[in-house]
Amino acid sequence: MVDRRRFWFAVGAAVLFFVLALVLTPLIGSSGATLSRAWAGLSPDKEILFQVRLPRVLLAGLAGGALALAGVVFQALLRDALATPYTLGVQSGAALGAVIAICFGWRTVGWFPAVWISGFIGAAITIMIVVGIASEGRRMSSFTLLLTGVTINSICMAGILFLHYTAGFTQSFTIVRWLMGGIDSLPYPTLGVLAVGVAVGVGFAVMKSNQLNLLSVGEDWAATRGVQLSSLMLICYLLGSFLTASITALTGPIGFIGLIVPHALRMVVGADHRLLVPTSFCVGGGFLMLCDTVARTALAPSEIPVGVMTAMLGGPFFIWLLRSGRRSLWA
Amino acid sequence: MTTVYELDAVRVSIGSAEIIKGISLTLQDATLTTIVGPNGAGKSTLMSVLSGVREDYEGQCRFHGREMSQWRKGDLGRQLSFIPQNVRIEFPFTAEQVVFMGRTPHCHGLFETPHDRDAVHRAMETTDTLPFAQRDFRALSGGERQRVILAGALAQEPSVLLLDEPTTFLDLKHQISTYVLLEKLAREGICVIAVTHDLNLAASYSDRIVVLSHGEVAADGVPGEVVTAKVLSEVFEVDAEIRSGSTGRPWVSYEQPMGAREQRTW
Repeated sequence: MVDRRRFWFAVGAAVLFFVLALVLTPLIGSSGATLSRAWAGLSPDKEILFQVRLPRVLLAGLAGGALALAGVVFQALLRDALATPYTLGVQSGAALGAVIAICFGWRTVGWFPAVWISGFIGAAITIMIVVGIASEGRRMSSFTLLLTGVTINSICMAGILFLHYTAGFTQSFTIVRWLMGGIDSLPYPTLGVLAVGVAVGVGFAVMKSNQLNLLSVGEDWAATRGVQLSSLMLICYLLGSFLTASITALTGPIGFIGLIVPHALRMVVGADHRLLVPTSFCVGGGFLMLCDTVARTALAPSEIPVGVMTAMLGGPFFIWLLRSGRRSLWA
Repeated sequence: MTTVYELDAVRVSIGSAEIIKGISLTLQDATLTTIVGPNGAGKSTLMSVLSGVREDYEGQCRFHGREMSQWRKGDLGRQLSFIPQNVRIEFPFTAEQVVFMGRTPHCHGLFETPHDRDAVHRAMETTDTLPFAQRDFRALSGGERQRVILAGALAQEPSVLLLDEPTTFLDLKHQISTYVLLEKLAREGICVIAVTHDLNLAASYSDRIVVLSHGEVAADGVPGEVVTAKVLSEVFEVDAEIRSGSTGRPWVSYEQPMGAREQRTW
């Protein structure tokens, strides 16, 4: 069971990890800019730290946290520990949108890069199609959700392959680079909007964490323990999907976090979503900030795609965790 | 005794198959009712209607006077507890966490109150599950899991307890102690409804037995009226001898003369 002390200890440790990563990783970089010079307002240290590195670290933190949270939500919804933010096809919808924008050479829509807008619209269309098909009939079931998602995924991937096949050389390179995922320095207002959206998602998931526990056991189980099943499932699907959609539109697909972070945390804090939801967000965010720091510094001045780093750093750690045979810190 | 359920011509179809073909029943509190019947008789489907899981039935199923589909799930969760046939859990919840889930309909905040903790402790004591409270639910034996699930239902403090084959994986001792417990709960005023395949357990402990066959009620009454050679032969297609146990309740003996063994096949 979860008492307050244990909750605040686990969540406090995770928040500390997130905050430390947020404060320390902007100080690391290939240019040798220092905090004291930036604080004194000296150029270029000030610009490097506050206009380049900090926004990038913030995006990494939000993206990693949101992907880990989306993973937790989808795993509970589908009762499958191997579900990821990408299982239900959102990311391939976003990717198709982005690839279309690249192929047609769209640059901006309004004030925003066309790849973001087109990626987000692609994801939103996928979400609507999946909900439309899966909620037809008696009630939404995780099984039809999964089948629909996987099918839409294949269709979008086929579209991407086709567009890639017809694309020119430079476009082809841009497509491949986008599909590897990458974190850029975004303007602060964009980050602010993203942060508000993600915060609402985290707050909602924490509030519903007792019901997520029930849902992760079974649909009948949840329905007879006070859960309004179809609305909870729909909200969970929309929550996970829109988190994934917004992040994917901005960064491209970044694998591994949504799968491994929740899984590793279940080994440490247990399966209770009241602990799992907030700790997954913080650890996912902290982990991606670290990965992105390595990705931009290891082979400086060139960069390693961050999705490569997440798997390279996270994989061995996860295998160690599995091998160490630890059940849980408390249970 | 007050009426808990009133079913009037309830029908359920799954796909093109009509699973329940017009069941009318009245179920009371303070009663242990068992539902028996051959495979495919509609027992689990009936349970899913009674528990509110399935809302696409025809006819009427009133729970405390109000149509089942009109109940809000939150209100239902504080009144009624349902144990599905087999519960498989994918994630590393401990036994105690699974029991605690029964408290969710009563919870207002994120954390459990001392009352919640008491209810969980009492439920686990009653079901003999405290020794493995901190173990991973998935690592427990089938019988241990079933008792943990039962503990979860008790922790819910329901006025109606629905159980779909609660003793399938239990050893003899725990089969009997489960039914003794169900009988005790019924004496305390709870409406207990259990699906089972064990006619002798049903006959020994129930106040009432409902026999389903092909989606209809084939027999309904106290064990002595229902557990008869005629019902066993017509509904279950088994020749059996009905003896009288020491308590005066019927006792089914499946002993058959050697020559008769071959007469019934698939």
